Amino acid sequence: MGYEKRYDGRKFDELRPMSARIGVVPNSSGSAIFQMGKTVAIAAVYAPKLLFPQFLQDDEKGVLRCEYNLMSFSGSGERVRPGPSRRSKEISMVTEKALLPVLNLKEYSNCAVDVYIELIQTDAGTRCAGICAASLALADAGIPMNDLISAVAIGRIENKIALDVTKKEEDYENGMADIAIAYSLRLNKITLLQSDGDLGRDELQDAIKLAKIGCEKIRDVQIKALKAKFEVIKDE
Amino acid sequence: MAGRLLIEDKEVVIPGQELAEGMDYLPGGNIIREGEKLISVKLGLVNVSNRLLKVIPLVGGYSPKKGDMVIGRISSISSMGWRVNFGWAYDAGLSVRDCFDRFIEKDEDLTKYYNYGDYIITLITNIMGNKIIDISMKGTGLRKLGPGRILKICPAKVPRVIGKQGSMIQMIKEYTNCRLLVGQNGFIWLSGNNIEDELLAIKVIKKIEDESHISGLTDRIKEYLEGEVGIKNGL
Repeated sequence: MGYEKRYDGRKFDELRPMSARIGVVPNSSGSAIFQMGKTVAIAAVYAPKLLFPQFLQDDEKGVLRCEYNLMSFSGSGERVRPGPSRRSKEISMVTEKALLPVLNLKEYSNCAVDVYIELIQTDAGTRCAGICAASLALADAGIPMNDLISAVAIGRIENKIALDVTKKEEDYENGMADIAIAYSLRLNKITLLQSDGDLGRDELQDAIKLAKIGCEKIRDVQIKALKAKFEVIKDE
Repeated sequence: MAGRLLIEDKEVVIPGQELAEGMDYLPGGNIIREGEKLISVKLGLVNVSNRLLKVIPLVGGYSPKKGDMVIGRISSISSMGWRVNFGWAYDAGLSVRDCFDRFIEKDEDLTKYYNYGDYIITLITNIMGNKIIDISMKGTGLRKLGPGRILKICPAKVPRVIGKQGSMIQMIKEYTNCRLLVGQNGFIWLSGNNIEDELLAIKVIKKIEDESHISGLTDRIKEYLEGEVGIKNGL
């Protein structure tokens, strides 16, 4: 018996309900909240700041620093140990690399652009929600960028490829593989591709195709969130 | 090949949005050319004037530009002059030479002119690679600011606080009897005859900042000011 029907009744190519808003942290240069089902990420950007220690400074461009953190109450029951862990350090690093290709930090020479991503509630797909939120926060902070980044998690559950998996699906007993993909749709570039579990070549290709469809929908939500704050100007 | 415009004038555009195709259009501020396409790099309002396109940012911090009049705070003093912070990552250098026409002794105590924590209104004269910023105090209206309050607002909202030909700021001054100075970096200095006046001015400026994108701003602020001043006078 295979995995025929998803636990929450969605279609296999259907995303969870999303919402996004910018300007949620007034003290920061730019911020955003991005929600995907039960996964909620808040990102705040602080820039430009002088970068110390000085040997890290780059005379030609700014340095992007991301920090990904799960809040201690964010999981379902068990308390997440606060502070950096091996996992969160790795995700901070891949987030940085996922965002860098679209950023132009020439203006911020010798400076740091700090991005803090906090997950206040998690239900799988946290790094993807974090990247979506961070991309919005960077746009809100007025950092020059070529494109927005959208990200989504794909799962292979037995013989089915499913878009935007939940925690329950991620914990599926046998035949589960999950892939996190971040896309720059205008440049048609994949900026993040991580996979966990056994996966065939064809399955991976199918997953990437599905991710592109998902990212297009996520991008629409992101664009709407960015424009929502200034909608009224057009009427003037 | 004829160019094609993909947006309307005064439209809100997002980073990465394609604005025009073809070589007929020229990229202005906050726009890059990629192949045949013009692409916005910031969230803002697009401005089309003939063939030139530019994006006026709606968000973001202050980045220094030559010729801007800014309000800054003295952050450190050396024998050659002062360092001034005005909300950018690097402090600007103000040399003694750019302050006074008369001769200053080499070992003179510079704190008697501008001391730590003093606010000054100053002009950016030169920028080298965003790191070395020179400012000058030689010019009309450039001076040390007297007792008053410093307010910080989003630099993108500064044109709204000033209004068309200074109409908005003139109105605030009239209704609140405060003296106001707005720096391009979003720092505002204000000083009034009493605390109530100053608090009203702060309230109004915050209101402008919050509602700057909603149409009919000037009329709304005028109505609000009339109401507030009326209450104060017991009308």
